[in-house]
Amino acid sequence: MVTFKIDNKVVEAREGEYLLDVARRNGFYIPTLCHHESLGSDGRCRLCVVEVKTKGGRKRIVTSCLYPVSKDVEEVNTSTDDVNLVRKTVLELLLARTPESELIQHLARKYGIVEPRYKKDTDKGKCILCNLCVRTCESIVGVSAIGITGKGPQKKISPPFGEASDACIGCGACVAVCPTGHIFMEDRDGIRLMWRKRFELAKCPKCGRYHAPVEQLQFISKKTNVPMEQLLICTDCR
Amino acid sequence: MTMTIERLEEIKRAFLLRQQVYQKTIRVCCGTGCISSGALKVLERLRDALKNEGLSERVRVVETGCHGFCERGPIVVFGENEIFYQIVGKRNLDADVKALIETVKSNTLAQNLLYTDPNDKTKKFVATSEIPFYYEQQKIVLKMNGYIDPESIEDYIAQGGYTALYKALKMIPEEIIDWVDKSGLRGRGGGGFRTGRKWRSCREAQGSPKYIVANGDEGDPGAFMDRSLMEGNPHSIIEGMIIGGYAIGSNEGFIYVRDEYPLAVKRLTKAIEDAKGLGLLGKGIFGTDFDFDIHIFRGGGAFVCGESTALMSSLEGRIGEPRAKYIHTVERGLWDKPTNLNNVETWACVPLIINNGWEWFASIGTKNSTGTKIFSLVGKVNNTGLVEVPMGITLRKIIYDIGGGIQKGKKFKAVQTGGPSGGCIPAEYLDTSVDFDTLTQLGSMMGSGGMIVMDERNCMVDVARYFLNFLVEESCGKCVPCREGVRRMYEIVDRICNGEGKEGDIEHLEELGRAIKLGSLCGLGQSAPNPVLSTIKYFREEYEEHIKQKKCRAGVCKPLIKISINEKCTGCMVCARNCPVGCISGEKQKLHVIDQSRCIKCQICYDVCRFDAVTIE
Repeated sequence: MVTFKIDNKVVEAREGEYLLDVARRNGFYIPTLCHHESLGSDGRCRLCVVEVKTKGGRKRIVTSCLYPVSKDVEEVNTSTDDVNLVRKTVLELLLARTPESELIQHLARKYGIVEPRYKKDTDKGKCILCNLCVRTCESIVGVSAIGITGKGPQKKISPPFGEASDACIGCGACVAVCPTGHIFMEDRDGIRLMWRKRFELAKCPKCGRYHAPVEQLQFISKKTNVPMEQLLICTDCR
Repeated sequence: MTMTIERLEEIKRAFLLRQQVYQKTIRVCCGTGCISSGALKVLERLRDALKNEGLSERVRVVETGCHGFCERGPIVVFGENEIFYQIVGKRNLDADVKALIETVKSNTLAQNLLYTDPNDKTKKFVATSEIPFYYEQQKIVLKMNGYIDPESIEDYIAQGGYTALYKALKMIPEEIIDWVDKSGLRGRGGGGFRTGRKWRSCREAQGSPKYIVANGDEGDPGAFMDRSLMEGNPHSIIEGMIIGGYAIGSNEGFIYVRDEYPLAVKRLTKAIEDAKGLGLLGKGIFGTDFDFDIHIFRGGGAFVCGESTALMSSLEGRIGEPRAKYIHTVERGLWDKPTNLNNVETWACVPLIINNGWEWFASIGTKNSTGTKIFSLVGKVNNTGLVEVPMGITLRKIIYDIGGGIQKGKKFKAVQTGGPSGGCIPAEYLDTSVDFDTLTQLGSMMGSGGMIVMDERNCMVDVARYFLNFLVEESCGKCVPCREGVRRMYEIVDRICNGEGKEGDIEHLEELGRAIKLGSLCGLGQSAPNPVLSTIKYFREEYEEHIKQKKCRAGVCKPLIKISINEKCTGCMVCARNCPVGCISGEKQKLHVIDQSRCIKCQICYDVCRFDAVTIE
């Protein structure tokens, strides 16, 4: 165990634990957009930056979601001028990218930004490229139907070649994890539309409700060996 | 067959013996610069002509790597750097080849192919070492470049190649690391981290296997140091890597080569095969129980893949995105295993340190930046090319003595070092020392060694815009400050160049730049604002002129300039004839006039006027 101070409060942590987890456990507010407790972090959004002072007096800005606590950490400050400059800048830039995103508007306002100084993008929708959808699809669902394509400002989330993907089972986990509500999904008349693909929805033989894409149930059946007939019954009637 | 020191000596002896049948050796530079100037044609014609004259048996023609003086290519050198011929075959291929053949037959000099002092046409130079471009250089890493045939392992061995490996394998690994550490060698890829310290961390790191990586993903605009080294002396890199592998405790190495360098890939591939063929790579090297193998990996074309963690991600077959480095790659790198990555130039320094001793290496350069550094000297300098200089040399020496000063006698304005995310250094710092720490203090960096010289006709705001444009394209897009912030910096600078700058723009750029530096994930993002911040630091008044007076003093930003003809006009009509839109009118021997409404500001009139009669304001 190591002890150090966060904003003057003494905290305890295991060595190697991520600083963000330690801070949140101790009730400190650190905003994040690309961190998820089931997925961990990969340091994209840069909102979680804090200032760390290590032994020897060196101060620097670190990414708290990826920064492993060590014996060298002496003090952590969650809201210095530099920390706030980075957060404000990130939020202003994101607000210009996704002006329609309620989440970004809300967070930006928290840091005093109502209108970005930049020309607003009109082609990015609400996508902030947090990558949570891609990571969910890969490590939770296990199908890797979507990924990141392109680089720089052209970067976007897409199924391979922007076409309907055989790998996608239409489960909608990406929609559920998306923090801004960018990903389009629509269920209508027994059909689910998402990622440029049409999914036939299974109708529950008991209550007659459309409840899940057939492809998703087939995927689950194959993985779990639960027979399809059983899965076709919706969770409420099962 | 196992390699032994006796066999190595035998290869050397046999090779040198074979050379004795030749009365002359002609070295034709086949570096990328000379190839683009037509070196391959020269080579072909020279070989044909020698054959026709029945001289093929007596004259050895070697295709070498880059000689460095790219401005004067194609370059052909006779003997042991005795006679330096330049611009061969560019003006008249037939006549030049004929003249060279003539000198072979009669042992004379081809006078019109010798290098002439640009300031004194009567002064001609014969030997390579006499030419000012080479005089101030200290070639140690590039010593064999331009001398050996890069596709011949025997040639490399004949120059003492792989003896350092033999020597290293007799040492204990810790001793090698100690030598590298004491030599003061620092990473040539830009970071400048102590190589010995890195090796030690990797050796001490838990986990196996361990990997060795050579970074040859050079991507800076105008840089060709790594390329020239990989093309000109691939074995020096390979030998360095094998020694590193032994010292660190790794049996497998990768060379990550930029895919746009096909010749480097070809030569490295051949070099690896040849080394394997001689038992210098593979199992039981030099009869020891040390095995080492090297694979070549061709890069995917992203600038960011020159960043170590992005490179490793790309090597693993994943998207080339960097990651946070709180856990160093020497502990967890490629496939989460301890990995030691160095730039190809760093690897090439290793055999030199082993062969000549750490004291020798440490005696070159400055206390904290030892050895030499290779730079690609480009831009508005007379002698464009590849130069190797001792650390601590002044910028002035590089630009004026080696580089021959500024083109057309114009005034020096700034030198951009460190690649696209380096910075611009103004004239007042021309006498400061070129080393890792000084360049960083000046707001620029050593980077991998790009050096772009600018004169009074370069607009510093436009220069910042150029590099920002590159960085917008090459940001991997992983983190927000770099992906979103750099393009917004570009928008602001672009607005300023277009005459739409407004009060507060400079402060806005400074604030945004600072946030990007603080908040970005990797080194690329953390240094991306440098071109803007360093030009604001040293050339703030140019930004202010653009914004307040809507003026571009260099005459570069088209919306801000007006081109007119002054009273010096003699009415020679050259400008009118050359104007692509025909907007210059005037009679012979009378003052000409530009129709401003049609002028596209291409400045061709300015370039063609011999009477200084075109004004750009």
